[in-house]
Amino acid sequence: MGLDFYLHQPFAQHALAAGTLVAVITGLVGPFVVTRGAAFAVHGTAELSFTGAAAGLLIANDPVTGALLGSLVVATAIGLLGARQRERDSAIGVILAFGLGAGVYLLSHYHGFATEATNILFGQIFGVSNRQLLLLLGVACLVAVTMAVLYRPLLFASVDPDVAQARGVPTRAVGVAFLYVLALTVTEAAQIVGTLLVLSLAITPAAAAGRLSARPATVTALSVTFALVAADGGLLASLQTNVKASVLVSTISFALYLGARLAGTTLRTRRRPHHPAHPRRARPG
Amino acid sequence: MPPTIRTPGRRGDPPATATAHDVPDRAGHAPANAHPPVADPAVRLSGATLRFGQRALWDGLTLDVAAGEFLAVLGPNGAGKTSLLKVLLGLHRLSAGTVTVCGHTPHRGSAHVGYIPQQKAFDPDLPLRGRDLVGLGRDGHRWGVAPLWRGRRNRVDQAIAAVGAAGYADTPVGLLSGGEQQRLRIAQALLTDPAVLLCDEPLLSLDPHHQHAVSNLIDTRRRAAGTAVVFVTHEVNPILPLVDRILYLVAGRWAIGTPGEIMTGETLSALYGTDIDVVRVRGRIVVVGAPDAAHAEPGRGHHHPAGHDHAPAET
Repeated sequence: MGLDFYLHQPFAQHALAAGTLVAVITGLVGPFVVTRGAAFAVHGTAELSFTGAAAGLLIANDPVTGALLGSLVVATAIGLLGARQRERDSAIGVILAFGLGAGVYLLSHYHGFATEATNILFGQIFGVSNRQLLLLLGVACLVAVTMAVLYRPLLFASVDPDVAQARGVPTRAVGVAFLYVLALTVTEAAQIVGTLLVLSLAITPAAAAGRLSARPATVTALSVTFALVAADGGLLASLQTNVKASVLVSTISFALYLGARLAGTTLRTRRRPHHPAHPRRARPG
Repeated sequence: MPPTIRTPGRRGDPPATATAHDVPDRAGHAPANAHPPVADPAVRLSGATLRFGQRALWDGLTLDVAAGEFLAVLGPNGAGKTSLLKVLLGLHRLSAGTVTVCGHTPHRGSAHVGYIPQQKAFDPDLPLRGRDLVGLGRDGHRWGVAPLWRGRRNRVDQAIAAVGAAGYADTPVGLLSGGEQQRLRIAQALLTDPAVLLCDEPLLSLDPHHQHAVSNLIDTRRRAAGTAVVFVTHEVNPILPLVDRILYLVAGRWAIGTPGEIMTGETLSALYGTDIDVVRVRGRIVVVGAPDAAHAEPGRGHHHPAGHDHAPAET
């Protein structure tokens, strides 16, 4: 059966719509994940969305709502426990370990279909219902609007925290707000590629974009484009090949990154040394 | 004319004052006993005290910085130099006393104040160009995305050209040299046209050539626009020709006056409470005998009594 046939099926249309939504918000958030060194926060919140999904499944037979609410709890916990960068990574590790244990316990009490559990881990893109799609749409809009409002102070606080603070940016509050945005985004992406492969949408496209440009707006645009290509491309390829969508999404994403690295080596080297007599100095201490 | 030296008294005591005059007779300053000038001073501190717990960083600090004045803030590590800047930025609250910047209590994000930090190591992969760093100084604290209108770009371009950084404004910041980065920092700080420029060790880890270039840019600005400069440093020599007055902080004590008044063995010995020699060699000042930290730890015997050479010679 051709792609044409599938594109007229509601399940495929839902999947593409959901994939597009998720690609846009992960593409927006990704560059900040890279500049803030928050890859571990992505990984942690993604794995913890398993716990939230398991709780949702057990209580209301609704893993998506459970994962979204759980991600807000996780963002709050990370924000409270980890104020500084180094502290934050260990705080995420602590919460991650406990949260996964709780998730395993919750799942042991679930006696429904085992596929529901594996869907949480590896994505369930072709099973998106109308109601879930509306929920995803609502959260995606919330994330996109919040990112638009936060954009400048978040950029300032991420690349230049001391001066941002001196200029009046509430750097701590902005960081916590970003944690919530990140947790919601990651949980949405987990619906498409599964908790285990979230990094392929939340980090890889942004990392690829960062190899090609140093202009923040361009990096964001490229990051969104790459995420769209990976998510929608992976879904379409999956319809034709019977390979699981998350596998193809992560493969395309990785291929884009490799391509960007190859192209970027020439772009990012400096055109000319400005003061040959005074090489770049590291700050002492 | 002797400088003002104040030592911390107990709370409530009038602080011991060697010589009571708060405004030196510098040209352009109102005499101490005249009517207050109509225009607010750029910075006014009155009885300003900052405590962390029981420890007073400085106590009863009283001084005015006039428009266009270049004030250097010196002192050992931990004497509260950077904390003073944070007070002026509105990030720290005084424990006692008052502070105003351009007649107003400082608040976060004030356009009256520009801030130049010390050079820092940016990640070479950071996706940020020099001009983006400068642009953030103008409106990075505002919510929303940066507007694309031409006026903003022109202002950023002008600021970059004014510090001679046009040639590398499109280079990623992580690939810039320390001197280039600090030129962009000046452009960043001046975008809001501030009346006070706060500098926190901006010359640190620059070579003499770039120290000279960067401090001259700051000097040019204050002469052209009457911007007051509060310049925190541990090396006075690179900026000695530019400095109008020095505020020297040591363990709660402070002194203010011209370089000739402050950088003397007598004044510094009184501040540190130990014998200090100040030697002038080929136009630079060498302080001998000053402990490195505001609070020398007893028993560690790490006083570094060797010369506190303030800078490499300008040749």
